[in-house]
Amino acid sequence: PGSSVWGWCFDQWHLSAILNNVFFFLSVFHFSQRFTTVVPESCMLILLGLVLGGVVLITSKKQPYQLDPGLFFLFLLPTIVGDAGYFMPARLFFDNLGPILMYAVVGTLWNAFCTGFCLFGMKAAGVIVEAGLMEFLLFGALISAVDPVAVLAVFEEVHVNETLFIIVFGESLLNDAVTVVLYKVYISFVEVGPGNVQTADYFKGIASFLVVSIGGTLVGLVFAGILAFVTRFTKKVRIIEPLFVFLLVYLAYLTAELFSLSAILSMTFCGIGCNKYVEANISQKSRTTVKYTMKTLASIAETIIFIFLGISAVDKSKWAWDTGLVSCTLIFIFVFRAMGVVMQTWVLNRFRLIPLDRIDQVVMSYGGLRGAVAFALVVLLDGEHVKAKDYFVATTIVVVFFTVMFQGLTIKPLVKWLKVPRSTNRKPTINEEIHERAFDHILAAVEDIAGLNGYHHWRDKWEQFDKNYLSKLLMRKSVYRKSELWEAYQKINIRDAISVIDQGGNVLTSARLSLPSMASRTSFPEVTNVTNYLRENGSGVCLDLQVIDTVPGAKMEVESETHHFLAGNLYKPRRRYHSHYSRHFMTTGDQERQEREVFQRNMRSRLENFKSTRYKRYKKDRSQKKRRGSDVKEQEANDKPRRNVSWQDKVVPLESEEEKGEHTEPEKEEDVGITFVARKAPETPKERPKSVPAALEVCQSPSVFPPSPTSAEKNLPWKGGLGTLPVCVSMEATKIIPIDLQQAWNQSISSLESLSSPPVPAEPQHPRVSALSRLGGPARIHSATVPVTGLGSAGSTDTSQGSGQFQFPAGGGGGGGEEEERPLSLQQQEMQPLMSLVRPPPPPPPPPPQGAARRRNPCVYLRSLVAAPPPGSEPHSRRPTQL
Amino acid sequence: PLWCDKVLLRASRRVEIAYFSHSQITRLYSRFHSLDKGENGALSREDFQRIPELAINPLGDRIINAFFPEGEDQVNFRGFMRTLAHFRPVEDNEKSKGHDASEPLNSRNNKLLFAFRLYDLDRDDKISRDELLQVLRMMVGVNISDEQLGSIADRTIQEADTNGDMSISFSEFIKVLEKVDVEQKMSIRFLH
Repeated sequence: PGSSVWGWCFDQWHLSAILNNVFFFLSVFHFSQRFTTVVPESCMLILLGLVLGGVVLITSKKQPYQLDPGLFFLFLLPTIVGDAGYFMPARLFFDNLGPILMYAVVGTLWNAFCTGFCLFGMKAAGVIVEAGLMEFLLFGALISAVDPVAVLAVFEEVHVNETLFIIVFGESLLNDAVTVVLYKVYISFVEVGPGNVQTADYFKGIASFLVVSIGGTLVGLVFAGILAFVTRFTKKVRIIEPLFVFLLVYLAYLTAELFSLSAILSMTFCGIGCNKYVEANISQKSRTTVKYTMKTLASIAETIIFIFLGISAVDKSKWAWDTGLVSCTLIFIFVFRAMGVVMQTWVLNRFRLIPLDRIDQVVMSYGGLRGAVAFALVVLLDGEHVKAKDYFVATTIVVVFFTVMFQGLTIKPLVKWLKVPRSTNRKPTINEEIHERAFDHILAAVEDIAGLNGYHHWRDKWEQFDKNYLSKLLMRKSVYRKSELWEAYQKINIRDAISVIDQGGNVLTSARLSLPSMASRTSFPEVTNVTNYLRENGSGVCLDLQVIDTVPGAKMEVESETHHFLAGNLYKPRRRYHSHYSRHFMTTGDQERQEREVFQRNMRSRLENFKSTRYKRYKKDRSQKKRRGSDVKEQEANDKPRRNVSWQDKVVPLESEEEKGEHTEPEKEEDVGITFVARKAPETPKERPKSVPAALEVCQSPSVFPPSPTSAEKNLPWKGGLGTLPVCVSMEATKIIPIDLQQAWNQSISSLESLSSPPVPAEPQHPRVSALSRLGGPARIHSATVPVTGLGSAGSTDTSQGSGQFQFPAGGGGGGGEEEERPLSLQQQEMQPLMSLVRPPPPPPPPPPQGAARRRNPCVYLRSLVAAPPPGSEPHSRRPTQL
Repeated sequence: PLWCDKVLLRASRRVEIAYFSHSQITRLYSRFHSLDKGENGALSREDFQRIPELAINPLGDRIINAFFPEGEDQVNFRGFMRTLAHFRPVEDNEKSKGHDASEPLNSRNNKLLFAFRLYDLDRDDKISRDELLQVLRMMVGVNISDEQLGSIADRTIQEADTNGDMSISFSEFIKVLEKVDVEQKMSIRFLH
């Protein structure tokens, strides 16, 4: 027993040593970049496997490790296929589905039969080993399929253009159905003996091909639907979203395997099918998790596969050499692949818009790599029935090695030499996004006009169907309502924001940095004023300046979703502090309420002529209505904001249609308010623009960093404190913050304000109290709920406050609100006793008479965003942002 | 009828012969004829609007407009073919002879010009912010606010605008799409 334990330990040590070595070498490969550009990783891994296998063989005299087909088909292959399917570029795939299917089905059948028959012919000529026709056909079937693992490994480093890649890669995935069927049919034929095969069996084989391929696809699509549908409801349990993705995609594979359907097909289509909806449903973090986990698992699996291929080849007991078979197989495979590609391309080009030219055909022929699937299949053969198994194993190993190593090594120079168009690997700009969408619409329309039911016609039909039914069913409502164009815009913005941050810049200093997604900006138009300058250059760096938080709706939802991402980088300390504070403040609110109430009663008479902001009315409303509850209508409206007060949840519950209708008017009001202020901006004094760019330039250079904020302060308009100007600027300032940051922005502003409130605890109450005594009722709910529904989750109180304050230029909004609400004062008076019982939680912002100081807060914050703490403002705003 | 053959003959003899094969012309002619409910040898806007798919195409009306020469309400078969010719794929031999007296209708630039004209309503060879906004509004759903759309439009213009006039000229339009495979993305396959 001792020795066996020792042996086991030795084995384990071996294994871990091997893996250690593998990953060490991997890092070395990648470290020496020049090396990897010449030699593909897969080649190196196989060589490494050979060396390791040799070492193990020498030390232990036996070969304990082999690429085990069970392990391969159950764990290694699915990780690679799952990754490939899930991240398959769907549009590209379906654009080229015709050629892919043709190569996968016709091409593979052609290869399989020709190779099998020709090998049989060679046997008849006496050149190679003795075996039956069925065995050769079986061998031809398993050796003819292009292998997804090998293709992926080699083509990922070659970077041929997308069309070419997707055709070869798609073929390698979809030919699985053909291979599976041929393999199984031949196995059964071999087992019953060639003599006992009846004509009906051939038809059964054909039928089973249809069942296996279509069944596999359907299984995959069903699981895709389930997965998408499930992720619709994981809003509260974000943490399990990645798990769902992995499990269900894997389940699609296992289920198909269970029913002897094409598992690869199933998994591929599951990935392609669910990707769009799942990506839309799950959170950004989950997306990242899914992406990196899948990629990591896939690359681990790929590494293991190639290493073990190398190790398996060393074990001489498993295979028998036959030069004739090996050389004939190599030749046939290559010749028939080339012939098949040329013939099929000739047919396809009659139907293709952009024909595949000769160079493409060469690359496609040459890229027909065989790999681990063939090896696993050949190892699975039953030596009892297939007498020549050992010869087949040896041949397969040689073929795999030859294609992966020789062809993999030479395909890169070949592609270079043939000048095959390379893929650019470039993310589309917003212009391309927009115009390409327009192109799609144009083509669909032209096909309709010309009466051609072509590809674009059907694509358009599918998109309509998807939009009207599928997306509605499988996507979260909040996501469904967003436009794809908007999402694309968001993505580009986020990408640029991240790249700005990665470069160590921030919103303002990076104003003149050129960004990857920006076209080169040679000339700057005349800067007419500060706000324009900021706006223009701000959005020049693609941090979206134009969007302000005032419009609740889809934007807010987008924002709250992307919020994680950037807010995590930018505002964490403040945010954490803030949320902590708010929580605290909500729990202790009850205790403080009484004191405040007394105080408020005393102050009420003095403060009647203070104007109240919408925010305050809203706050009061809420607390007051919590107790009332009798008025159904109000209760309804009240419920909503309460529902929205959730700290975890980043997606706003969707308002129902009535609610939306109810709020359309205030929304419009806000819009008007914004546009008004925004257009007002150009009227600002002309002297500012000249100085500000200079200040910004100063900010850019690190050496003069400390003084720069001060100069900016001096020159930036909000420092000037002119009557209307600060208003404009603060409005613009909010716009400068990218949409993704606005929530954090609002939070930080409100935290600033709430922090600044303790010194003057009494002041804030007054306007509200006065408003409370005079105003109230539905109109207030009306106005108050709007910001909340939009701003959503991260604390409705604070966000509403933030937006509320920006929505109202100086006094107009407040005045309008008062007028609007006056008719309801009667009702309000009835409520008076109740109201006085319930005091709202402490109101964060102290409202100075003109609202000027409050509006200054964002500016203060902006300054802290620029670089350094402002000299004389509230201490809390100095907290450096985490850029 | 007799005039049909005449039109067909003339059409195929003159411009479009360069772009379409005879069978394609015949096919397109029958389509033209089936669209032509008034049977007067020319299509009106209403004829186009009767195509059901165009009603749900967000850019449908703009594309219909593109078929009509400026200031006219009718388009004859030649005009019809001339517009469709923009969408013929570029062939290799056409690429090489590109510098003839006139650029073929299906050249890259003409394809782009067709798209550009869809945006450029007032034909001043510039896509202004308003024009872009109109097209964007057509292409996105109602759930996007004007603010959001405005920000997309601003970003788009700023990205493309090189001379600072806050609009996209045709040369800027070409430049911004220079990496896009327009030849493929603005072509459809007319059956043989």
